Amino acid sequence: MTHDPLWITFIKALAVCVLLLGAFAYMTLIERKLLGRFQHRPGPNMVGPGGWLQPIADAIKTIFKEDLNVTAADKFVLVLAPAISIVFALSAFGAIPAGPAGSLFGFNPWVMDLDIGLLYILAATSLGVYGIFLGGWAANSKYALLGSLRSSAQIISYELGLGLSVLAVIIVAGTLNLREIVELNIWSVSPWLWPGLLLAFATFVISGTAEVNRTPFDLPEAEQELVAGYLTEYSSIKWALYQMAEYVNMLTASAFISTLFLGGYRGPRFLDALIPGVSEWPFIWLFVKMAIFMFMFIWLKATLPRLRYDQLMRFGWIYVFEFALAAALVTGAVVAFVI
Amino acid sequence: MYLEVLMMFLAAGLIAAAALVVGGLLGPKKPGEVKLSAYESGVPAVGSARERFPVHFYLVAMVFIIFDLETAFFYPLAVKFQAAPQFLFANAVIFVAILAVGYVYLLRKGVLNWK
Repeated sequence: MTHDPLWITFIKALAVCVLLLGAFAYMTLIERKLLGRFQHRPGPNMVGPGGWLQPIADAIKTIFKEDLNVTAADKFVLVLAPAISIVFALSAFGAIPAGPAGSLFGFNPWVMDLDIGLLYILAATSLGVYGIFLGGWAANSKYALLGSLRSSAQIISYELGLGLSVLAVIIVAGTLNLREIVELNIWSVSPWLWPGLLLAFATFVISGTAEVNRTPFDLPEAEQELVAGYLTEYSSIKWALYQMAEYVNMLTASAFISTLFLGGYRGPRFLDALIPGVSEWPFIWLFVKMAIFMFMFIWLKATLPRLRYDQLMRFGWIYVFEFALAAALVTGAVVAFVI
Repeated sequence: MYLEVLMMFLAAGLIAAAALVVGGLLGPKKPGEVKLSAYESGVPAVGSARERFPVHFYLVAMVFIIFDLETAFFYPLAVKFQAAPQFLFANAVIFVAILAVGYVYLLRKGVLNWK
């Protein structure tokens, strides 16, 4: 059985949302601590033991801030936009399988098992761009509008690279079901496929980084030129919802990359020789793989400067687009003519 | 199967609505004319932001639709690729070649050159 009763599904959906929000809170702390270490300073360490209560203090402070609605703004859309962002960011994660069927106390460790799981995640994450665009438009402020225009153009441009680099995986796996892709292990099919898949992996990670607006592609929040981009007129809980959406999108991107290219919830099989069945344990392997990519996002932020906007667009449309298409064609050619 | 998607959206919607309601109720409310005007580097805001914006954004949006459709057409082909690999690969190459003409035209016309 790959489907649970609906009320169990609803409880799991709520649990996923709460876990993601908890992960968001602690990712902000881990990010600040790591950035501190990268810059030879300790980072936040005063609130609670070692600074570990900082996210709770931040949350309480944010909730008790004044919620400003700019007079000239379109009130309804101004409230709706952050909700759109966070709803689609949270919902996208539900299709990620976190373990083999029935490994969560007899239930399945995923909210939904869709035959089109891959398309669902791509669709849900791309709908998030409406939150950003509507938010910038509704505020009726010039900085916000410019920021949201830039952000939307960037996100839709890199979506092409994202969509095209996934093709290589689909050609090899022959399915859009994420669980079946994990069970198949695309790397074990044939070594001749590795060049195409590696290229697809590289373009996917790059466009994934651009999709979640992280350095070196964090143009929407280029403070020096745009104040805070589409966030300029947001305060209090609405601002926090946008931040949550950004971090949840990062978590989804890490989980999505791991699931498509790195065997998702499966651990390395050679460890089974040491502890029998360890590669089948739920949650732990997906968590480890996600942590690696989250660390990569923070590492990139600490290392790379921001691109200029025209460079960003040219990079997306010329290099990422062409290499992603090439990866799909190379993989297709190998499947058609070599194996 | 697709009711599960609905459950996910319900749960996410609940969280978002709860956050907005709680945040709206708990915060202080001391509105002021200056506080509620759009931020424009500290000087009084001039005019509306709903004006014309650079045409490049329209171009990017239009080009995106074309190439995103191309990607969408590739998905069914990729799923069923192993049914007839060589035939489908030839199809894909012809399809890409047709679109490549348009792509080269875009590049030559300078649609992607931001100034």
